[in-house]
Amino acid sequence: MKVTELFKEGKFVVSAEVGPPKGINIDKMIEEAKEYLTGVDAINVTDNQSSVMRLGSLAVCKVLKDNGFNPIFQMTCRDRNRIALESDLLSAAMFGIDNVLSLTGDYTKLGDHPGAKPVFDLDSVSLLYTMGLLEQGKDLGGQDLDGEPPTFAKGAVVSPCSDSVDAQLVKMERKIKAGAQFFQTQAIFDSERYIKFYERAKEFGVPIQLGIIVPKNAGMCNFMNNNVAGISIPAGIIEELKADKERAKAGITGTEIAARIIRECKDYCQGVHIMTLGWESKIPGLLEQAGLA
Amino acid sequence: MLITQLKEKESIEALVNGKAFIINCFGCKEVHFPEKEAKEFQEELKAAGKVTEILTMDYICNPKNLELHLQNYKAEIEAADVVLVFSCGVGVQTVADFCADKKVFAACDTYELPGYQGVTPQLFDCDQCGMCFLNGTGGICPLTACSKSLVNGQCGGAKNGMCEVDPEMECGWERIQKRLEKLGRIDILKNAPVQIRDYSTDDATKEAKQSE
Repeated sequence: MKVTELFKEGKFVVSAEVGPPKGINIDKMIEEAKEYLTGVDAINVTDNQSSVMRLGSLAVCKVLKDNGFNPIFQMTCRDRNRIALESDLLSAAMFGIDNVLSLTGDYTKLGDHPGAKPVFDLDSVSLLYTMGLLEQGKDLGGQDLDGEPPTFAKGAVVSPCSDSVDAQLVKMERKIKAGAQFFQTQAIFDSERYIKFYERAKEFGVPIQLGIIVPKNAGMCNFMNNNVAGISIPAGIIEELKADKERAKAGITGTEIAARIIRECKDYCQGVHIMTLGWESKIPGLLEQAGLA
Repeated sequence: MLITQLKEKESIEALVNGKAFIINCFGCKEVHFPEKEAKEFQEELKAAGKVTEILTMDYICNPKNLELHLQNYKAEIEAADVVLVFSCGVGVQTVADFCADKKVFAACDTYELPGYQGVTPQLFDCDQCGMCFLNGTGGICPLTACSKSLVNGQCGGAKNGMCEVDPEMECGWERIQKRLEKLGRIDILKNAPVQIRDYSTDDATKEAKQSE
């Protein structure tokens, strides 16, 4: 089911993210999804995230769908040229996978195949445009598609706490002009900074899901602050995690922090998107504390 | 090394809003420059009263050489609304960097011409893509200034304005953003059509090689 339908109904859309394994056994992943993710509206499946080779996003989306979940197919432009991207969009549509999140993709050098050729034939903007073209029964080569054209809920990402927020807003506008119908943000830890962004972004009138990561410990926060683009974790949050290491380790502190950020930003977004980083088990508790269960 | 070809006449004319200061670069022997077409077109602009001056020089890609020549034309550049550069992409970027508060436009597209060597490396790179993007990016090449060669704007990978691939390298799209903000032209970025590269430029290359 298209998440755009849910936004249209005025629903506060909750999605979570799963990362496919590096291998072909996904029983554990499906079991965990059944245990922890039944309360969410949709599940993003990452596409060779961080340029680390894994089981394919489309295949995992199909399995999730067969198991009754509503997948969001994440597509990056790093590994495929326009022919392969268009073809995979058609494959997704044929499987009834109709939520697609368009991303440019991390650079190859950052992953586990640093010598691989980075493709970037298209990018997040031109991929959205391409989806729109396919919806009109055309491809990028100017040819007609056979029969009924596919339709998609076309998603994109934005990084509200980036130190290049002006450039991010310009890019966001370009994505909307290229067809983006909903946005998921980079993980937010600084509500005030997010709300400032939202005050500028709301004029576009496109639904935004607040990105959430449940912070695990101070080390993780420091690492993200230093290395992950668009992430800015205030010192206060790091102190909270340091205060009681056992509570942090059990995920109690992190869940409280994430729930608080959701509550603070709830009036300034149309949904949340939770990036679990292996902590799928914290999702039911988080949703409850955030008042979303 | 490379071939330059005039962009569509109409598209250049659309850039010249007011008067233009024109720079021709006849620098490298290795470059196939459309001298005749450029001259004809410039005469037309001149006849229409849209030119403050035409400067023809060599190696505008060398910043010192460029500065030396341009200091004799301060008044003509000042009087012009745009600087129109007939050169390869390296030359346009050198001029755009030097005249950072001026609208600098490329009148040519630059294509690759393999098999030729011998030009001194300069400050800027031109990817010889055959569909010069410099007119929509404030004269900063998104193909060579961005690690991913993105043509539709910044990715999410910039940290403190630096590139995720090379932390020593400033994010090219951050530079483009700042340049266009300074020029008060950020709208051209917002309103730009979706850009998709055309990699099938080998015909132009073949043609130029045959004509040598």
